[in-house]
Amino acid sequence: MFDKNLRGMIDDVKDGRMDRRAFVKRMIAVGLTAPMANQILAIGGVAMAQSPNPYKPTKRGGGGPLKLLWWQGPTLLNPHFATGTKDQDGSRLFYEPLASWDVDGHLNPILAAEIPSIQNGGLSKDAKTVVWKLKPGVKWHDGKPFTADDVVFNWEYATDPATAAVSSGTYSGMTVEKVDDLTVRIKFKDPTPFWANAFVGAYGCIIPKHLFAEYKGSKSREAPNNLKPVGTSPYKFVEFKPGDLVRGEINPDYHMPNRPYFDTIEMKGGGDAVSAARAVIQTGEYDFAWNIQVEDEVLLRLEKGGKGKTLYAVGGDIEFIAINFTDPNTEVDGERSSIKTKHPILSDPAVRKALALLVDRDSVKKVIYGRAGRTTANYLNGPEEFVSKNTRWEFSVEKASALLEQAGWKVGSDGIREKDGKKLKLLYQTSINGPRQKTQAIVKQACQKAGIDVELKSVVASVFFSSDVANPDTYSKFYADIEMFQIPMTQPDPGLHMRRYLSRNAATKENKWQGQNFPRWVNKDFDAAIEAADTETDPIKRAELYIKCNDLMWQDTVVIPVMHRLAVEACSNTVRPALSGWANQTDNLQDWYRET
Amino acid sequence: MSQYILRRLMIAIPSLLGISLVLFVVLALAPGDPFSELATNPNVPPEVQAALRAKFGLDDPIYLRYLHWLAAMAQGDWGFSFVSRINVDTLILQRLPTTLYVIGSAQLLALLIAIPVGVYAATRPYSIFDQLANTFAFIGFSLPTFFTGILFILVFSVKLDWLPFVYTDVPGSGIPWLLEMIRQAIMPVMVLGLFQAASMTRFVRSAMLDVIRLDYVTTARAKGLGQAKVIVKHVMRNAMIPVVTLIALQMPAVFGGAIVTEQIFRIPGIGSLLISSILANDTPVVMAVTFVFACLVVLFNLIADVLYGWLDPRISFR
Repeated sequence: MFDKNLRGMIDDVKDGRMDRRAFVKRMIAVGLTAPMANQILAIGGVAMAQSPNPYKPTKRGGGGPLKLLWWQGPTLLNPHFATGTKDQDGSRLFYEPLASWDVDGHLNPILAAEIPSIQNGGLSKDAKTVVWKLKPGVKWHDGKPFTADDVVFNWEYATDPATAAVSSGTYSGMTVEKVDDLTVRIKFKDPTPFWANAFVGAYGCIIPKHLFAEYKGSKSREAPNNLKPVGTSPYKFVEFKPGDLVRGEINPDYHMPNRPYFDTIEMKGGGDAVSAARAVIQTGEYDFAWNIQVEDEVLLRLEKGGKGKTLYAVGGDIEFIAINFTDPNTEVDGERSSIKTKHPILSDPAVRKALALLVDRDSVKKVIYGRAGRTTANYLNGPEEFVSKNTRWEFSVEKASALLEQAGWKVGSDGIREKDGKKLKLLYQTSINGPRQKTQAIVKQACQKAGIDVELKSVVASVFFSSDVANPDTYSKFYADIEMFQIPMTQPDPGLHMRRYLSRNAATKENKWQGQNFPRWVNKDFDAAIEAADTETDPIKRAELYIKCNDLMWQDTVVIPVMHRLAVEACSNTVRPALSGWANQTDNLQDWYRET
Repeated sequence: MSQYILRRLMIAIPSLLGISLVLFVVLALAPGDPFSELATNPNVPPEVQAALRAKFGLDDPIYLRYLHWLAAMAQGDWGFSFVSRINVDTLILQRLPTTLYVIGSAQLLALLIAIPVGVYAATRPYSIFDQLANTFAFIGFSLPTFFTGILFILVFSVKLDWLPFVYTDVPGSGIPWLLEMIRQAIMPVMVLGLFQAASMTRFVRSAMLDVIRLDYVTTARAKGLGQAKVIVKHVMRNAMIPVVTLIALQMPAVFGGAIVTEQIFRIPGIGSLLISSILANDTPVVMAVTFVFACLVVLFNLIADVLYGWLDPRISFR
């Protein structure tokens, strides 16, 4: 029904009977977001309107300095080596992608002349090719012209294994070819409904062929321009001290009119999040500070009569507790948490459901995350069209106790439930991080009331997330019963985010625990839905498939979502940044200005 | 004398080798890797993280990694940072001027306070001045720098709005630039300098008191020498021996930076480089910084020993 109406409306827009804005409004009324409505139009064959961020200045420059405070400073300035977001943000000051994600999660053309769509011939119906038209007249900071050769080169550079590029995954499974000087064609091996990964966003930044061609492959580290970026961005490189400072100055030949507003840019690193918030909100020494993961109470206090405020960007980052489906305490063929085993306690769905009832998300939000979190029952929290409305959550010790009682878990003499001689004792691990330890305490307390004994364990983040095969404490080995951390969504599409839990991706000794399915959950329906979604070109059917996947995870209690986390930034009262929850903070730097 | 120095330098080689081996093994045994940030990024397949580990040799056996490091170091190659992929020596040299400027000024400030105050307090033990100096010294070294640092920030930056609390290398030159460089260094230098001065004052005072009671001082006075001459030429010179040891052992710390203070004021010194490298498991950088530090300790110990001979000719080198 909805499906049919929608198709009618798309046709109306196509033929000009309905205006684009009205269509978006109607979509919002039925619960879709503007970005999704636009994506529907794009795939439905309607060219996407350019949706630039609001930008008031009428001339280039004259805005003085823009001072950014990143409490972890960028350590390198080559986007293909950018390990952390700090490095991606720093590289983005000088390099640009073909398109960025704007405030609402639309594609915003940067180096592209237009966003590919079916109507302009950029997208093929089978979702196997994308043709990008490049903006003419764009120049690198050193005056050389930017062409299709540069774009093709970036694909070659990233996919060469000897380069050791972090972006290699973004550019795999495709070939990129030059059509003419201002046109490139991407050919995917398989139908790829979400085509806007390569050349878009953080890993989409393009480095110049004429300066890096000699340093492709094993010589990649020797390129002098790794430290002296020459890009196409609004700011030219001046100075870089790894971990401390990046400085740039206005690019007078920038390819967008009236941009940029600021004359110089500075990104200072070091220190901690609280004092970064202080330097922006309280003393006004800096204009903008990134990733302010500070207790809300502290932020509220700083904001009283301050020179700045906090900003929140909604994306899809999810903080959750994962449940181990295998036995972490039994060794099979020299491997704990082996896929060949079943967890003695958690394989009982009643225990998993009871655990979900014992996570007091409201308290976690109130006490810890405040404005920076939203409670949710879903693992997949965005974009809006992918969010399931079929799920719900509640916190109830009584219901959890009753559920366990029913399933035969009786309270023993020590107050801990047991069944068939198995005590209801769980090891709960996470990385060392203030909010996480507090959440652990809240969950442990509720579990105790329900007769579950929870032992807490916290591991240093650099160990917990390392790929060190010899280390037993990594999240992917999962030698614990339950574990908690955050998985960010780096783009407004759930494809990569959900693939992780495919049964064949289970982390095992055989794949050196590189399998991303660390709960080792096996579900045929889920696998089938993901595989169908991967190649489904109809956006509505595709969204339904992902909602189904989310619901399957919820029904089976594979993960217990704790908090849908928002990105928190501190910003001066006068600066107008262009932020998006779907991209890095600096992804729309060209549109930043100061209100005077 | 030159033979003595040469012998000491020869002895230093095995001890430095030993130090480097211990450092390397401890670092290699520490878990974690520099690419942990990639782990949760759905855009980066786990193979990439594993490939990077293999490429940077993190999966090799420890003894091989150590031998590689040693061989490279012997040829003057300090290796490159896993995190920023640039040479470690470049990284350290970038941080050196700031470290020397800020930490050096703090040490200088500490000396300028500690020596006169300590000497004067010792000449009038248990006077009001001595009591006051003692009290402040106790307060000074009881308060850790992370506390005084934040206190200073609250008072001088947040409440009074006089001084910036984020230290950056401001571009430019000339008098305004110089003034700005001084202005932003005031707080960190004060915090570090006063902390150092407090303990050093106590040290100078007690060293002076030990000497001032000796018979030869009374003899000097009996000869009719003035108070100033007795104190400066006869007492201070002898009392300085333990003080010189202390200062000489402090000198490597000047190069090593001050981890806590650098973190609070965001000073891009070697201390903050060390701590961020440790947190990121960036072994080559940690190795280089700690090894340079070890070399400096050995070197300044030697310098202190040589200075003893100058201060007290009775000490001979054999």
